[in-house]
Amino acid sequence: MRITLSVNGEQRSSEVEPRRLLVHHLRDDLGLTGTNVGCDTSSCGACTVLLDGESVKSCTLLAVQADGREVTTIEGLAATAGGNGAEGAAGFHPMQQAFHEQHGLQCGFCTPGMVMAAVSLLVEHPHPTEAEVREGLEGNLCRCTGYHNIVKAVLAAADAGVPA
Amino acid sequence: MTATDTPATSGAFGQRLLRKEDARLLTGEARFVDDLQIPGALWLGMVRSPFAHARIGSIDTSAALAMDGVRQVLTAADLADAWAGPMPCAWPVTEDMKAPDHFPVAGDKACYVGDIVAVVVADSRYAAADAVDAVVVDFEALPAVVDLEDAASDRVVIHDGLGTNRSYTWTLSPDPDAVEAAFAGAAHRVHERYVQQRLIPEAMEPRGVAAVPGVYGGDMTLYSATQIPHILKVQIAATCGVPEHKVRVVAPAVGGGFGSKLNVYAEELIAVAVARRLGVPARWTESRSENAVATIQGRGQIQQMELAADAEGKITAVRANLVADMGAYLQLVTPGIPLLGAFLYHGVYDVPAYHFECTGVFTNCTPTDAYRGAGRPEATYAVERAIEALARQVGVDSAEIRRRNYIATDKFPYNSIAGLTYDSGDYEPALDRALALVDYPALKAEQQRRREAGETKHLGIGLSSYVEMCGLAPSRVLASLNFGAGGWEAATVRMLPTGTVQVVSGSTPHGQGHETCWSQIVADKLGIDPADVEVLHSDTAVSPYGMDTYGSRSLPVGGVAVGMATDKIIDKAKAIAAHQLEAAEDDIEFVGGELRVRGTPSRAMPIQATAFEAFTAHNLPDGMEPNLAAQVVYDPPNFVFPFGTHVAVVEVDEETGAVRLVDYAAVDDCGPQVNPMIVEGQLHGGIVQGVAQALWEEAAYDADGNLRNASLMDYLVPSAAEVPSIKLDHTVTPSPTNELGVKGIGEAGTIGSAPAVMNALIDALAPLGITELEMPARPERVWSAIQDARRAPGAAGEEGQ
Repeated sequence: MRITLSVNGEQRSSEVEPRRLLVHHLRDDLGLTGTNVGCDTSSCGACTVLLDGESVKSCTLLAVQADGREVTTIEGLAATAGGNGAEGAAGFHPMQQAFHEQHGLQCGFCTPGMVMAAVSLLVEHPHPTEAEVREGLEGNLCRCTGYHNIVKAVLAAADAGVPA
Repeated sequence: MTATDTPATSGAFGQRLLRKEDARLLTGEARFVDDLQIPGALWLGMVRSPFAHARIGSIDTSAALAMDGVRQVLTAADLADAWAGPMPCAWPVTEDMKAPDHFPVAGDKACYVGDIVAVVVADSRYAAADAVDAVVVDFEALPAVVDLEDAASDRVVIHDGLGTNRSYTWTLSPDPDAVEAAFAGAAHRVHERYVQQRLIPEAMEPRGVAAVPGVYGGDMTLYSATQIPHILKVQIAATCGVPEHKVRVVAPAVGGGFGSKLNVYAEELIAVAVARRLGVPARWTESRSENAVATIQGRGQIQQMELAADAEGKITAVRANLVADMGAYLQLVTPGIPLLGAFLYHGVYDVPAYHFECTGVFTNCTPTDAYRGAGRPEATYAVERAIEALARQVGVDSAEIRRRNYIATDKFPYNSIAGLTYDSGDYEPALDRALALVDYPALKAEQQRRREAGETKHLGIGLSSYVEMCGLAPSRVLASLNFGAGGWEAATVRMLPTGTVQVVSGSTPHGQGHETCWSQIVADKLGIDPADVEVLHSDTAVSPYGMDTYGSRSLPVGGVAVGMATDKIIDKAKAIAAHQLEAAEDDIEFVGGELRVRGTPSRAMPIQATAFEAFTAHNLPDGMEPNLAAQVVYDPPNFVFPFGTHVAVVEVDEETGAVRLVDYAAVDDCGPQVNPMIVEGQLHGGIVQGVAQALWEEAAYDADGNLRNASLMDYLVPSAAEVPSIKLDHTVTPSPTNELGVKGIGEAGTIGSAPAVMNALIDALAPLGITELEMPARPERVWSAIQDARRAPGAAGEEGQ
């Protein structure tokens, strides 16, 4: 099947098998390897991307389901940072900056998915409590951090006005 | 050997420096092994036994070979001449240890669910996955041995040539008569049985490999999600017959390990063998469900733990007997993991008589090996649970029984009955701070209030004091234990002509932040900006010497080596400065990044200038080699012994058995902290893994040896919603073992936490008469224990112990 996705603002057209997972299309066909595969039961969230602005697990979507839609991956995040000075050092999105400042990552494998999920969480709940952050990130597993600093990072990003 | 004159530090040591590693990980630019784009690579798929124990008959590959994109399907026979040697076990723990031959592809018998029986080679990952399903293997199922005590009885012997499932019995018993006498004369005796359930390490990155022949003039480059590229290089030579000097191993970005990537795996060797044969790259990435059976599991012990104590509860002897689950085969360190805890079953307590014995037993389950703590969480669990039982007998509370038994501060360095020398320790302040952090008196008051009010949500507070031995390890000690490798670490530090610094380390970080921390050590000594230091690692072509990362060794061995190499280049810079400033070397001091003549500060040169001078070599002292660089290979003289006290607060709903972790506080001491932010991160993650063992995780095998919870849907790795934020504090008791005074901290969180949680649970349920509870404390298990206690004759009514 021929599909055309808008990926991080760029039109990408490809020929894919109907059964091809979106995450494999992004990683292997389009070379966007930031999004990771961590499990095979939609449990871990390492594959989280935004589909038309909403967080989805790209391991549980077929590439053909994204035809004609907008996909934002971790590679596209900094480019979407607001032009109001919310960009951090090194061109980070404020959520990336918050993860950096709060030491919200160690091995980094869950991080792209965690950051995308957190961005989406704050769109829906701009001022979450700690409990709401923890529940909101239930779909994203991390084995390294124990979540303590991830939660701090999301709360810091919320305080900094994300999404601004 | 020469220290810097004055620390004159840039202050980088001890700073909460934000990590250098972050940018590439946050943006998705980091390359994990599955991210690598390798033109022409073939994809491997592993056909795995669905039976825990079965004879392998015919293998019909025809359907698979007929599929699009499938190039080969290989069986054990097809690969037989690929191997120069069997898969390695680096630790024959006893002279008479029994181990089956272990090759990457099973030939006659499959011995665990997940054992590889055939290999598919295909053009794409999807084609490989399709073809794996199409390979037809004729299995003759055999009775599977899963229960550890059943396996030890030899009712069914797994490995035909061995005659038994018992691989070894290892004993540490310095004075058996003293132990007997202590138990005979004891005022109090504790005898408890604990089960250390199997755990799945579940690093978020599944394992993967890519074997690429003919790169950089070498015969073979193996990219692997590994913690041990250096050890793997040696083993590839030994197993695959590729000459060692032609092997390069690269660990790209690695997404967590926790010990599960400290191994030599069949898939790595298969990829090398296939790539060699076909002359094209061969790669493989496991799925999560595959990981659960194909990657080593942790723990797996049944412990008989005994304490003898006097009337005041002072422990007079410890006797620990273990049966340890090896799984189907011995992987790299499998038999030795329980023994890494063998010396610590008396923990932080001053105990004069000691006996430890462990029997390793084969089962038809996934092989076990190192998982965060590797033997030490098990030891700490046993002594920290048992001392609570002692406290109940003696009639004192948890803090008091510990105070009565702690090794006193003035006893360090402490020569333990088990034969260790604990380098430094100061146990009571950590306990005091931990109790203060949770406001222990207030918690006890709330607990009492709920009990008097008859509330059904019970509060429990549990302590755990631990010491652990890490910084593996003095090589001579490893020799005495029959471990097959040494415990040194290598570091090269070079200041380049333009003044920036490269550090080459033999450590292999996979989340621990070595690039940041080694930069801080170097920058602190040199008086430079950590941003001017680049740390190179994880590639045997770039870092040729190393013993890699595990056992909380990288800082106390690797980081110390980095510091020592830095000291050496400072010495060389001084010699250059003395020569060029026409002064005696003894008159040169190094202050604020500058070498200057003592008493004449205007006669000075920045250290960067000496690096340029060393490069041009126009005016160096006679006999000095050009370039400002030094290598150190450091073999530590001792282990290091971090310690601490953790407190867990749980709430148990007696109507449902549900357990909620309400609060958690930890006070840990790893000596001076290079980067407190990174230390805290290691503790947070380690603690949650130990909590998860106590409350949620277990690799659940059925009687036929099927792993019932191979996916993350039902193997319960906690999410953010299951755990609270964690209160941390620390004390600083430097180690005399190394010049930085540092100790490892990577595993300490996991070592301290599981017993704290279980002790909290038992504390919560004490009024219901419950004193025994196994991990994981699932709601069903807790609820059943409550029902059983209620039905027991003379069941406890209200509160009271």
